Amino acid sequence: MTVTAPGHQKLTMAQTLNRALRDAMTADPAVVVFGEDVGALGGVFRITDGLTAEFGEDRCFDTPLAESGIVGVAVGMAMNGLRPVVEMQFDAFAYPAFEQIVSHVAKMRNRTRGRVALPMVIRVPYAGGIGGVEHHCDSSEAYYAHTPGLHVVAPANPADAYGLLRAAIASDDPVVFLEPKKLYWSKEEVELGAPVPGIGTAVVRREGTDATLIAYGPAVPVALEAAEVAAAEGRSLQVVDLRSIVPFDDETVCAAVRRTGRAVVVAEASGFASVSSEIVARVTERCFHALAAPIRRVTGFDIPYPPPKLEHFQLPGVDRVLDAVDDLQWEDR
Amino acid sequence: MTGDAHHLLPSAEPVTLIDCHGRPVASTAYAAPDAAALVRAFAALVTARRLNDQAYALVRQGRLAVYPSSHGQEACQVAAAQVLAEGDWLFPTYRDTIAAVNRGVDPVEALSLLKGDWHCGYDPYEHHVAPHTTPLATQLPHAVGVAHAARLRGEPTVVMALCGDGGTSEGDFHEALNFAAVLRAPVVFLVQNNEYAISVPLARQTAAPSLAYKGIGYGVPGERVDGNDAAALLAVLGAAVERARAGGGPQLIEAHTYRMQAHTNADDASRYRRDSEVAAWVERDPLTRLEAHLRKRDLLDDARLAELTAEAERVATHLRDGLNRDVTPDPAMLFDHVYARPTPQLAEQAALVADELEREGALR
Repeated sequence: MTVTAPGHQKLTMAQTLNRALRDAMTADPAVVVFGEDVGALGGVFRITDGLTAEFGEDRCFDTPLAESGIVGVAVGMAMNGLRPVVEMQFDAFAYPAFEQIVSHVAKMRNRTRGRVALPMVIRVPYAGGIGGVEHHCDSSEAYYAHTPGLHVVAPANPADAYGLLRAAIASDDPVVFLEPKKLYWSKEEVELGAPVPGIGTAVVRREGTDATLIAYGPAVPVALEAAEVAAAEGRSLQVVDLRSIVPFDDETVCAAVRRTGRAVVVAEASGFASVSSEIVARVTERCFHALAAPIRRVTGFDIPYPPPKLEHFQLPGVDRVLDAVDDLQWEDR
Repeated sequence: MTGDAHHLLPSAEPVTLIDCHGRPVASTAYAAPDAAALVRAFAALVTARRLNDQAYALVRQGRLAVYPSSHGQEACQVAAAQVLAEGDWLFPTYRDTIAAVNRGVDPVEALSLLKGDWHCGYDPYEHHVAPHTTPLATQLPHAVGVAHAARLRGEPTVVMALCGDGGTSEGDFHEALNFAAVLRAPVVFLVQNNEYAISVPLARQTAAPSLAYKGIGYGVPGERVDGNDAAALLAVLGAAVERARAGGGPQLIEAHTYRMQAHTNADDASRYRRDSEVAAWVERDPLTRLEAHLRKRDLLDDARLAELTAEAERVATHLRDGLNRDVTPDPAMLFDHVYARPTPQLAEQAALVADELEREGALR
């Protein structure tokens, strides 16, 4: 898959997501976008900015304020030949749609023996770090990742955001697309026209030899910063960006851990019964003999997401990551 | 927006066109269906009743896991299917097997999930019948989505969405009505009010004067119909379908009927209702009523009834034979349709099961 305009441009994640929607709608008339405030306003984060003006109200429209209805209607539209991309306004506002997602979005293909596919994308602005009030900062990935039948992805930079969203829209399976809110305004040089990653592939974001940091979504920049600081202190940290939580790229992750023999998982979500615990279990099961130390985790605490003034205690920071790295039993080396 | 909601109100009493003794009832609002339509409906009712009772018996014989019977509600089932044109969609619940069969689905396939299988059995696109839905009212937003997609493409599709009285308390019922109204989606919502949600009577479910009032707040016109009168159902549902097809938007129809049997075989109806209540509804049975009407008009005689009964028996035999066949499910298939392509993790798990089966086979 390639994007339309070639060349390098400095773009934010919000801009590349918008461009991905626009390019997908141009490429395929079956792609429709809807949700709360996605029309004239362009979404509360402006991800759908200009789509109604460009493609008309049949292709991008505001809906009543009812998330179960939004996802349920998308199921019917996907059953009947369209590729809906719906926006849940915030992570915690997606919960009314949970029954639709778990009982129908995830199961329709299976309960019709493959006859009815649901090519739909549920976009969820997610996680914290933006000083949001309650119900605006949840890391809800574990709920979706635990549900067979869903793909779950979380980009960590503008280029991947574009590529993963195009891949999600092109997928014949439903995708829960988690957009780290705090990265919406992160800017980087994006090579438009470059090949984009498929769903299900992790990537080594930074090479390193001493230990591996495994992260996804909003935790990736934290891991990269930690690796930068560690390098100045003489320790070489490798950083793996999962990009896709489901399907999980065991191969890339395990190969990375085998190279260093030490690992720390960094995630914003609460640690108990989480994606981070799954990662530790998977890597331990597969790489036990290559490990020089137990895998450590730096995650959110098991508390309701704190208010803005206290959220920095909840979010994994560079210091906590480096402390965890320090705990990887280097004395046994 | 108009302040006048009068046009949204249902009729004061359920629309009836044939009374309990088979006599025609005059209506100013609805014309009676023609003779051919009534004869066709009666033939379907005879088979419907036979299938309901056959399925119930198959539960006792252990061939079906569970059967929520529509015995007593067959007129709703038949009419909901017969008013649709080819290409229209039906969204059934677990109690609407008969409606699905009347759209052309093989009864053996239609009962796959109730047999205890992991899939719906039939291809939903073949007869435009969605897989029946168990979580209450969750299929109603899907119906709106199918209708809206068709409308965006300029297709004349109408969607018939079924639910029961209990389902009208669920959030998805309300969200679906609201979305359908705002999108002006061509959906006919048919609520079969059979008086009970498992054991809970309607009075504990709602304080609304009629379930058809539940559309008014959303701008969806309501109508009430005698759910045991096939003629009235054909007329009211037929009008709603044509109105939706012409661009008039959704409608909510409450059919007053009665669940003659327990919720399922696992339920004990004697704990929450009296036999005398059930007996009163026997008088209003949809089959005897239409039969009396057709006989009065010389549209039915004993010879024709014998033919219809024989045809119903043939379908019941087909169902029996189908469900009596022992099919060993292939565990490998449990992994095949979770995703378009199995994830690496699913492929590993499928291989594990295949290996278990191979070792088990080697031991035999």
